[in-house]
Amino acid sequence: MTTKRSPEPFAWLLFSSGGMAAAMLIPVLLLLFGIVFPLGWLSAPSHDRLAAVLTHPVTLLVLFGLCVLALFHWAHRFRYTLYDGLQLRKAAPVIAVLCYGGAAVGSVIAAFVLIRAL
Amino acid sequence: MSETDDKHAVPDMPDTTGTITMEVARFRPDRESEPSWDSYDVPLRKEWAVLDGLNHIKDQLDGTLSYRWSCRMGICGSCGMTVNGEPKLTCSTFLTDYAPGPVRVEPLANFPVIRDLVVDIEDFMAKLPTVKPWLVSGDEEPAEDSEYRQTPAEMDDYRRYSMCINCMLCYSACPVYALDPDFIGPAAIALAQRYNLDSRDEGNEDRRDVLASAEGVWACTFVGECSVACPKDVDPAGAIQRYKLTAATQAVKDLLLPRGAR
Amino acid sequence: MTTADRRYHHPVSFTWWARKPSYLLFVLRELSSVFVAWFVVYLLLLVAAVSSGNESYQGFLEWSSHPLMIALNVIAFAFVLLHAVTWFGLAPKAIVLRLGSWRVPPNLILAAHYGAWLVISVAVAWVILR
Ligand code: SF4
Ligand code: FES
Repeated sequence: MTTKRSPEPFAWLLFSSGGMAAAMLIPVLLLLFGIVFPLGWLSAPSHDRLAAVLTHPVTLLVLFGLCVLALFHWAHRFRYTLYDGLQLRKAAPVIAVLCYGGAAVGSVIAAFVLIRAL
Repeated sequence: MSETDDKHAVPDMPDTTGTITMEVARFRPDRESEPSWDSYDVPLRKEWAVLDGLNHIKDQLDGTLSYRWSCRMGICGSCGMTVNGEPKLTCSTFLTDYAPGPVRVEPLANFPVIRDLVVDIEDFMAKLPTVKPWLVSGDEEPAEDSEYRQTPAEMDDYRRYSMCINCMLCYSACPVYALDPDFIGPAAIALAQRYNLDSRDEGNEDRRDVLASAEGVWACTFVGECSVACPKDVDPAGAIQRYKLTAATQAVKDLLLPRGAR
Repeated sequence: MTTADRRYHHPVSFTWWARKPSYLLFVLRELSSVFVAWFVVYLLLLVAAVSSGNESYQGFLEWSSHPLMIALNVIAFAFVLLHAVTWFGLAPKAIVLRLGSWRVPPNLILAAHYGAWLVISVAVAWVILR
């Protein structure tokens, strides 16, 4: 019997974990750093304070996980949005390479930025 | 004369609250290359379903109208049409819900139209057997007179999926099927799960190649409209989502475990 | 049978997703992924600014309070919320949990997701604001 080794399930697992991580973590982070601090509803943490939080290995690990998973979540969903929304199924291989490739490049950049923060 | 006799014998009884206009999509391949609309005024009776309106048209106004129906009680699954843009069983969808009208009746979307409101579901009929929607048993034939026992809890696992009447409303509601006609589709996957989750069945592996392919569950983006459209509460979207998890778990196991240990 | 196909095939409109509110909501839900990706970019810019010292951090804070930036982030926040709510709503469909012979009801799975969301959000806010 031929068992098709389609990469789809792995892309879907990344998409799903990314969706969960994004749903759990992004709203609060975006609310604070994108809206609450910029509007001055609360004062932004001092540089020292934030630097201390950021250089903690656990924080970096969590943020790295979040970045990678969220990017692959985007890649998978956006790929299907292009297929269906713009009816581009014919260009499927190109789109897949661009989306997952973009997520992979983004993950490498994320790793650089986060390691530099150490 | 009893109440029920009345409504067949006399067209206009007191419970008729006027008329409603039905705009019906017509397509006569011998005469036209594209569908067109015909309008008919039919009595608006509170117990009349859209299908009764169509029957009235066919009996009284225009005998050339073609459409499918049989049971008139939501069981046979043959009367599915698009009513005001939504896929519906016309025998269970009431005209009064659309008053004052007009009611637009079209053939089910996403299927080729053969004539008027009749669509061709050959595509589904060809796909369905590929997921082996029957009990697959192992090599050992049961002894004669023996029976397969099942507890109510085991039956609960698949009962919901066994309610499917093949009405095709879910395919009609699914944009993925519209865009990617190779997609196996909601009902076929729900029916595969009906057997996969049956304690007596051993066909999981057999169905996997089709279900876990790119045209199987992975084509689905969980629009969720199939479960909204389904008149039998089968929840095909849930069946697909659940199988994605199963297929992904299997794929990880395949990767990590040696062949023998699976 | 060799007769030509005389069936009528409805063309799929390019704007099929605008035909029904539920289709539109679906496309918006899928587009939320763009804002998820945007957040990753924003987060990395913040981390880079913090790690280059106080001055660039202050620069980031100033840039992020530009009205256009705030407008973008408000939109992004709305999409991210849409993502979270729809995501939790769909989770009980895939997850079938059994404890012994008891099947955990879908509503409980849903509630557990919201509970975890609340706890995580409060914890993150506490770490940042402490
Ligand atoms: S799953 Fe529901 S909508 Fe689809 S064919 Fe079966 S009964 Fe009809
Ligand atoms: S006529 Fe049988 S389901 Fe409607």
